[in-house]
Amino acid sequence: MSDLPADLEAVRTRVLAEITDASTVAALDDIRVAALGKKGEVSLMMRGLGKMSPDEKKIMGPALNGLKTSLNAAVEARKTDLENVALDAALASETMDMSLPVGSPNGTLHPVSQVMEEMAAIFSDMGFSVAEGPDIEDDFHNFTALNFPPGHPARDMHDTFFLEDGEKVLRTHTSPVQIRTMINQKPPIRIIAPGRTYRSDSDQTHTPMFHQVEGLVIDKGIHMGHLKGVLMDFVSAFFETDVDVQFRPHHFPFTEPSAEMDVRYERDGAAIKIGQGEKWMEILGCGMVHPNVLRACGLDPDEYQGFAFGMGVDRLAMLKYGMPDLRDMFAGDSRWLGHYGFDPLVQANLATGLS
Amino acid sequence: MKFTLSWLKRHLKTDATIEEVAEAMTLAGLEVEEIIDPSKALSAFTIAHVISAEKHPDADKLQVCQVETVDGPKQIVCGAPNARAGIAVAYAPLGAYIPGLDFALDKKPRKIRGVESSGMMCSGKELEMGDDHDGILELDPAEYSVGQAVSDAMGVNDPVIDFEVTPNRPDWLGVNSIARDLAAVGLGELITPAIEPIAGTFPCDQEVIIKAADGCPAFSYRIIRGVKNGPSPQWLQDQLKSIGLRPISTLVDITNYVTYDRARPLHFYDLSKLQGAITVRHGNNEAFDALDDKSYTVTDADVAITDETGVIGLGGIVGGVSTGCDENTTDILVESAYFDPLTIRRSAKRLTVNSDAKYRFERGVDTGGLVDGVDLATRLVLDMCGGEPSEIKIAGEIPATPANVAFNTDLVARLTGLNLSDDEMEKILTDLGFGVSKGETWDITVPSFRRDAVGGADLVEEIARIHGFHNLDAVSLPSLPGRREPTATLTQNRTRLARRALAQQGLSEAITWSFALEDHAKAFDGGQANLALDNPISNDLNWMRPSALIHLLLAGQRSANQGYPGAALFELGPIFQGTAPNEQSLSLAGMRRVEPSRDWAGIVDITALTAKADVLAALGTMGANTDNLQVMDAVGTYWHPGRSASLRLGPKNVLASFGELHPRTLKALGIEGRVVAFEIAPDNLPAPRKKSASKAKPALALSDFMPVHRDFAFIASEDVRAGDILKAAKGADKQLISNVSLFDVYRGKGVEEGHKSLAIDVTLTPKAATLTDADIEAVSSKIIEKVMKAGGRLRG
Repeated sequence: MSDLPADLEAVRTRVLAEITDASTVAALDDIRVAALGKKGEVSLMMRGLGKMSPDEKKIMGPALNGLKTSLNAAVEARKTDLENVALDAALASETMDMSLPVGSPNGTLHPVSQVMEEMAAIFSDMGFSVAEGPDIEDDFHNFTALNFPPGHPARDMHDTFFLEDGEKVLRTHTSPVQIRTMINQKPPIRIIAPGRTYRSDSDQTHTPMFHQVEGLVIDKGIHMGHLKGVLMDFVSAFFETDVDVQFRPHHFPFTEPSAEMDVRYERDGAAIKIGQGEKWMEILGCGMVHPNVLRACGLDPDEYQGFAFGMGVDRLAMLKYGMPDLRDMFAGDSRWLGHYGFDPLVQANLATGLS
Repeated sequence: MKFTLSWLKRHLKTDATIEEVAEAMTLAGLEVEEIIDPSKALSAFTIAHVISAEKHPDADKLQVCQVETVDGPKQIVCGAPNARAGIAVAYAPLGAYIPGLDFALDKKPRKIRGVESSGMMCSGKELEMGDDHDGILELDPAEYSVGQAVSDAMGVNDPVIDFEVTPNRPDWLGVNSIARDLAAVGLGELITPAIEPIAGTFPCDQEVIIKAADGCPAFSYRIIRGVKNGPSPQWLQDQLKSIGLRPISTLVDITNYVTYDRARPLHFYDLSKLQGAITVRHGNNEAFDALDDKSYTVTDADVAITDETGVIGLGGIVGGVSTGCDENTTDILVESAYFDPLTIRRSAKRLTVNSDAKYRFERGVDTGGLVDGVDLATRLVLDMCGGEPSEIKIAGEIPATPANVAFNTDLVARLTGLNLSDDEMEKILTDLGFGVSKGETWDITVPSFRRDAVGGADLVEEIARIHGFHNLDAVSLPSLPGRREPTATLTQNRTRLARRALAQQGLSEAITWSFALEDHAKAFDGGQANLALDNPISNDLNWMRPSALIHLLLAGQRSANQGYPGAALFELGPIFQGTAPNEQSLSLAGMRRVEPSRDWAGIVDITALTAKADVLAALGTMGANTDNLQVMDAVGTYWHPGRSASLRLGPKNVLASFGELHPRTLKALGIEGRVVAFEIAPDNLPAPRKKSASKAKPALALSDFMPVHRDFAFIASEDVRAGDILKAAKGADKQLISNVSLFDVYRGKGVEEGHKSLAIDVTLTPKAATLTDADIEAVSSKIIEKVMKAGGRLRG
């Protein structure tokens, strides 16, 4: 305990008790003023120091200062306590039901857009730019320049939509973008051309509008081994697994030699697993650009050569992400979009993965 | 094109299984669509011997048979009258599927009128092997042992391959050419029998005159007298039936056989029914009855085969009834002609007629096989129907053989990366029927059945195809030299962000048809005549769309009808003002149905301004300076007249229209309720000005002085737009005023009717010195003055 003179000790004990008993900040302040205010008990006692002898002063000075300090500290401590109590009391009524639902769900991005962005990411890494062309085409770009002579039976296989004027068609493939690119741009050319295409056909696996992505590489010394390499690199990157492929001859008027590529797959119930299994599924057509096509675009086939490929975007989307029916893709059903759509914050890229 | 393994083996000596044949075809570019193994449907059925047969105690027409089967002795109740002891039968075990009846037997024995029966003895009809008897199949037990497969015993073991014939290879429509390619890839030896010329025993006195040489350049023919027509031999009937053709009579079956065997269509006329000379000419709107039981009218676009009576056939497509062969035919005229592919195609398309002959002529038949065709037909007719052949005559001129190709063999390595020896390349070409004369440049003779081979690249394909694309080495693409530019265009990057901004706003991305219903296109200011589809997929998708909103609205309504209101959708896609490339534009359009969902925190109203927020979110992320856009009238009659606007960069460049859609437009589309929407034209947004190559941003200039806020309230008539007041206030001192915000719009007591009070907070940010009262007073006056000009007066 302190070695205060007895009278001061009595004051201390009494005031400390009062401080402890103070139940409000205001009451506490009253006590502080009564003890330590200008005219407070302790202050008055300190004022009496002047009349004391030096010896008394020597004892009473430090004693009074000590008393003042300890009372001040007690007041501050009590004040903090009282403020905390008051805050706690106040906060006790500031409640909110934290289980209340907030916000609304975001919209989603269409799986076809997602897949197109994935393709752009993969091919961009191989130096391909994204080119575009019109949906309403003329006969030259859609057929003739692509080595479909007028009346050629291959034209019939395209189930072409014609506009009523008889001059124009809805492009049956994205290949006309090849023509536009080769006419307007000097080699070396590396482009992919995704877009809408149209054929007069409708069932579970055909819709009158669908999406293709075209690829075109024109340079010197580009051969069919490169075509095979690019497409093998692509399918494994796209399906995000090692995919075994089969490359076999086919016929397209605008490529020579022409090929189709199959991927291994198996069915697991309703699901299709790409990359493994005993069966082959055709996923794209391709070939070396036909000399007639190069010539139609003003390129000399003895100088430049290259390859082209085309594949169905919707179908690849279905194979990768499991949509069972092509027709649902274009129905705009909110529930379908919510289920098969993609988070808008995700952007396909090779650094973080495609999806 | 269908053929059977046994048919192939008439041309190819091979031990390959059907699976090996299919695999080799696939790798050589003959895309197999289906392997049909008829023995599979019969795999459950085996031969059994009937040991005894006794009358059923309770049924007159049933017999109770004891049968020795692969499963041991069985008792089978049978209703067939020919069921008797001592015959071999086709036994179906319990649970077997009976193809001809399309049901499966019970898995447990069942009682027939009280007698247990385990399995069944089948008729030919029940096994889909014919329908010509009323009893069960009956075989000699000495020849067929118990347990032997029925398919084997009945010879139903000839698998069929169906494959896709690409338009460049019409020769594949004959089994002989399939065999040639398979021999080239090493599957076997080509053994197609040579066609021996058959000398005529008398001159051919029939005259054929070609007056339509453009459509029918050549017509070779001969007479065969004294033939006897009737059902063809079993092997021929089986062969035709195996690929789905119906045997008719020997003469008809021979033409079908040669069509499939050699891709050589033929026609036989009954000579006695021919009147005078045959003239091959263009039609003259004459009708004739064809062998397919239809009547066609031939015009000058078609090649008609005629005699003195008129049209007797549509050349290369279908013959006529009047000169058709029947069981009484004794003298025939054999036709083996060449018809122009384009002419055939056009005629067949116009007349919507299909036939095996048309299918081949429109792709191009072998011009080298005209006379061979007559001789092969003659051989078969003489062998099966007897008769005496005349000499052969040829009307017209057989088209010239294809031109030789000068082939620089370096092209093989250049185009494919394959390094093959001269011998390898020569062997492939010779195996395929090409003639090879080696030299610096090879001189390649192209066979008449390979008119698709016209240049070096075609020969490269042949060599690579037969060598096998699976043997090509895959090489990754070498990197391009130099710095990589971004591969996406500005608009692609902008819309990629804008789509994400809209999804964040709560709209989901849809992709919908580029075509719409004409009436809907018109409701969106479209429907121009040149945008009509000539052959729409359906009547409600017959016009190119002028707006991406049409199908979004329809989809939203569909969802609402199904009990899912409140659709909020957007689409990035093309819209069309005309057919030229520059009349197609990219549209980023979206819509929200005004069907707000209820929420405990209160309903957030969906209004025209919700659409404005969507537009600004999209435009902002695309890099538009949204503060500087002019708010003007929306573009299009389909917007609500009072609740819509456009945002423009300058008076003519419309970046977006938005607002509520016109109720009349919604009604035209059958949309119930109200809908807010927007249409953004991403391509109208100019490219950002490039000040320098550096991407560094200018230094950040921060003012050291406290900003000062001043509030003003202005009274303005209702027709004065808040945006104009804000713009005026902000323009009062561009240096000092850093922000103007509207914090209250008030109508009511204290504000006269037809007016509103707009309260704004102006932020003044001094840059050089603290503002004095006088400075603030001065700028306040300027603000009041500017706003006055814009139609607002300070509220007293």
